[in-house]
Amino acid sequence: MIDKLQYIRYSEKAILIQWSSEIDERTLQNLLFYKKRIEIFYDKLIIEVISAYNSLLVYYNVAIEDFYSAVLELKSLCFSGFKNLKVKNRLWKIPVCYSPSLASDLENFASQKSLRIDEVIMMHTAPLYKVYFIGFLPGFLYLGGLVDPLHLARKSTPSLQVKKGSVAIGGKQTGVYPIDSPGGWHVIGVCPLDFFDPKSDPCCFISPGDSVQFISIKEKKYNDIRLLVSNGVYLPESVIL
Amino acid sequence: MMGLVKIIKPGVFTTVQDEGRFGFSKYGVPKSGAMDLESLRFANLLLGNDKNCACIEWTFQPPVLQFYEATSIVLTGAPVDAFLNGEKIKMYHQTKVGKNDILVINFCKNKVYGYIGIKDGFRSLIVLGSRSYYGGITAKKKLSIGDEIAYEKQEYFKGNFSGISSSFFTETTKVVEVYPGPEFELLSIEQKRVLMDSVFTISNSINRMAIQLEEKLKNSIFSIITSPVLPGTVQLTPSGNLIVLMRDCQTTGGYPRVLQVTENAINQIAQKRMGEKLNFVLVSF
Repeated sequence: MIDKLQYIRYSEKAILIQWSSEIDERTLQNLLFYKKRIEIFYDKLIIEVISAYNSLLVYYNVAIEDFYSAVLELKSLCFSGFKNLKVKNRLWKIPVCYSPSLASDLENFASQKSLRIDEVIMMHTAPLYKVYFIGFLPGFLYLGGLVDPLHLARKSTPSLQVKKGSVAIGGKQTGVYPIDSPGGWHVIGVCPLDFFDPKSDPCCFISPGDSVQFISIKEKKYNDIRLLVSNGVYLPESVIL
Repeated sequence: MMGLVKIIKPGVFTTVQDEGRFGFSKYGVPKSGAMDLESLRFANLLLGNDKNCACIEWTFQPPVLQFYEATSIVLTGAPVDAFLNGEKIKMYHQTKVGKNDILVINFCKNKVYGYIGIKDGFRSLIVLGSRSYYGGITAKKKLSIGDEIAYEKQEYFKGNFSGISSSFFTETTKVVEVYPGPEFELLSIEQKRVLMDSVFTISNSINRMAIQLEEKLKNSIFSIITSPVLPGTVQLTPSGNLIVLMRDCQTTGGYPRVLQVTENAINQIAQKRMGEKLNFVLVSF
């Protein structure tokens, strides 16, 4: 694994570790193991690691004095083997209400794809989506696994405000807006859960490496769950994989 | 004992800022923190504060503040004329503030961001390890009229106030020092030449997230697989725009990262106004 990795000095305080392969689940496993090792070895006050599809950015809270010894140290963590590290990944069941009255773009999306709404729902709820990393917005999950028939280019003019909880499709990706934000994705559903809560520890309940499945719910259930969530008494459903 | 400062007029975009968040990028949380960290640090140094104490950061138009209890303040950043109860005060010097004193600062004519530091820092709520405002993380995105922020009342004053001469902080430079970004080598020789030899202009699109430059660079490398970014990362968009990411930027991005602005130069570029010129100069680590 070591020879495939590139160590690039990114800034005074950061080293980028890059994999040659692109988006696949094996790279994700390796990358998350490596990230965990780095986080265990260094104090969390000294280092933080940002992960994406095929890279880790190791960010130090002070300037790196000697790049080469810092890289040697990182490489030694890669070498020392991953076998005694156990990572428990979970599958999260995420309720989504696919109702044209709540999801502004659902009807338009279906007609652009020449699909019935129930076909859109079936195809969107079937896969187990892999969580690659969190980025773009606080608590925004980068999910892999959207089926081809649901791919649709982003809107040419982004909406000024996409509501928190919007379940949307943009290009080959699908995701849930964790906070209100401008955005160019097509909103096909709404999710009653909070994906980001700065008052919780950790502030996101889903981690990279986990999987997500969307479960279609009725508007009544959406409102019931929303009430529980806003009172802080809803526990998202999950199983260990 | 706690004192309160009241926002009588909020200015254009006034926030509380410290050095920002560390350790939460993996949740997609922006770093935030003072746009011009050097000015924040000077304010804290001159007050004898910890370096991470929170200051008020204003943008173009400073706020009007009333302090309910005695304290000391220091103004740093964009050069301005400032008055405490109508009496002119010096920037980069400690000023003693009495009960109910009112601070008025004139509109700033140079630079963008100014800082009001206070003895032992402003005590707004700490969220995810920092007091820095960011909509969706802190309760407020910016300060508004009538808001009150706590600070520690100062009972005793020492007479030995230090300061810094104005020539030191009014200096500006056109040069922005940069390192090559991870995708720099994907640029053609001609693109590199244009990037390093041209003079660029700050556009109207500037905020705490990013500064867009006016001139375009012909782009042939389109986009990359979504990858980590940091404040100071210069992105090249498919339409050829150059975007310098700033303190409130996203944690990941899909545009090629052609340059990385040095820590010190991030503070300098933050203070440039629309229409100001700059040129990038490559430095080595």
